[in-house]
Amino acid sequence: MKTRKILLGLASIALVSGAIIAADHIDAPAVEGGTSDITDFYAFQGANTNNLVFVANVQGLITPENSAVAKFDKNVMIEFNIDTDGDYVEDYVIQAIPSSDDKMYVYGPAVPNETGKNSTLLSNSYKSSVAITPYGNDAITATTNASSVSGVKAFAGLRDDPFFMDFAQYSAIVGGTAGGFNNPGADTFAGTNVLSVVVEVPKTMIGSTGTINTWVTTKRKQ
Amino acid sequence: MIRKITTIGMMLSVAVISFNCSNNDDDNEMQESVTTVYVQEDQMGRPAVNTVFVASADKDVFNKTIPSKQGAAFASKFKTNLEALSPAFNESTDKNALGQTSTAFTTLLATDVLNVSLDGTTTFYDGTNVLTGRALADDVITVELILIFGGESGLTMSENPTLSDDNVSANDKDFLTSFPYLASPW
Repeated sequence: MKTRKILLGLASIALVSGAIIAADHIDAPAVEGGTSDITDFYAFQGANTNNLVFVANVQGLITPENSAVAKFDKNVMIEFNIDTDGDYVEDYVIQAIPSSDDKMYVYGPAVPNETGKNSTLLSNSYKSSVAITPYGNDAITATTNASSVSGVKAFAGLRDDPFFMDFAQYSAIVGGTAGGFNNPGADTFAGTNVLSVVVEVPKTMIGSTGTINTWVTTKRKQ
Repeated sequence: MIRKITTIGMMLSVAVISFNCSNNDDDNEMQESVTTVYVQEDQMGRPAVNTVFVASADKDVFNKTIPSKQGAAFASKFKTNLEALSPAFNESTDKNALGQTSTAFTTLLATDVLNVSLDGTTTFYDGTNVLTGRALADDVITVELILIFGGESGLTMSENPTLSDDNVSANDKDFLTSFPYLASPW
């Protein structure tokens, strides 16, 4: 009886949720499989504990065979949002936008020109850049010495998808064809790549102390 | 020959002047070409929130809603979905391992931001610290499954053990100890 209840509950969620996947991989119809689809977001203290690291991954489930042609969309800005005063409105942003010469321009962290759904690029004084690492090359990283964002470190390119989950079994459970997870489970994301932007910034640029609220957005050029 | 060139030159100058005029006539168009605007398509704070808690009809709307508006728009829908999804939340007094009722838990989740400490350990959950960031090695899905399906004692004795752990606890490649931290691609 208990099992049946669980399955019924899960099945009804499957109906309202439709196709479901993972951390944020292909989470919604409009972005699914597109160049603005965020797969994951991480924020953690750097190896240098004075720094915080932001990671945004987009365009998940890239096979090794498809990796050589995978690329960032030059019309899509990846924006890290940082709220330092608890109102869930961004006080600082970091913007990453690919250039026509295969670099990733990184602007900020800095106070945004505007908050909300629409963004414009920060001023050039906050700009740094890193060459997008070609598939098969060692990671290319860059640390800027531009005075207003000195010490900001950046990487852009393909990486192993750091997300792990038995998504296939989760789908089976939610779809009503399985009653629980297997042990051991199978990592659905094993052997696949994502396009990553990694930015490490001195904590002094984003509030220094306390708790911040952060999120990532992708925004398309109009 | 010279006359032909002059004629072409005149035509070109007329064309240039016309182009300028049309731009000058339309100030709005000029304004837009100066400042490029980027508009939100996808948004993410905590892992799996849109995936698990948002109904299919709302998924695109959720992605285009800014966090300061998400709570009011989605908290009650999340609560309905959670209570339908998990037998660990089928009584109004039920709580998860953080001591949160379905209302408290979904109120937290509906505003989809990641809370990050600037003062030390950053982890989704490491046995001691809770929601102080998200590190690469954090088993975020199992943490979320425990909070959704585990009930009050989910950390040690889940109410729904076969739903509380996907039994995939680590990445398929080791992470790096230095920048850029993520492993090289396959």
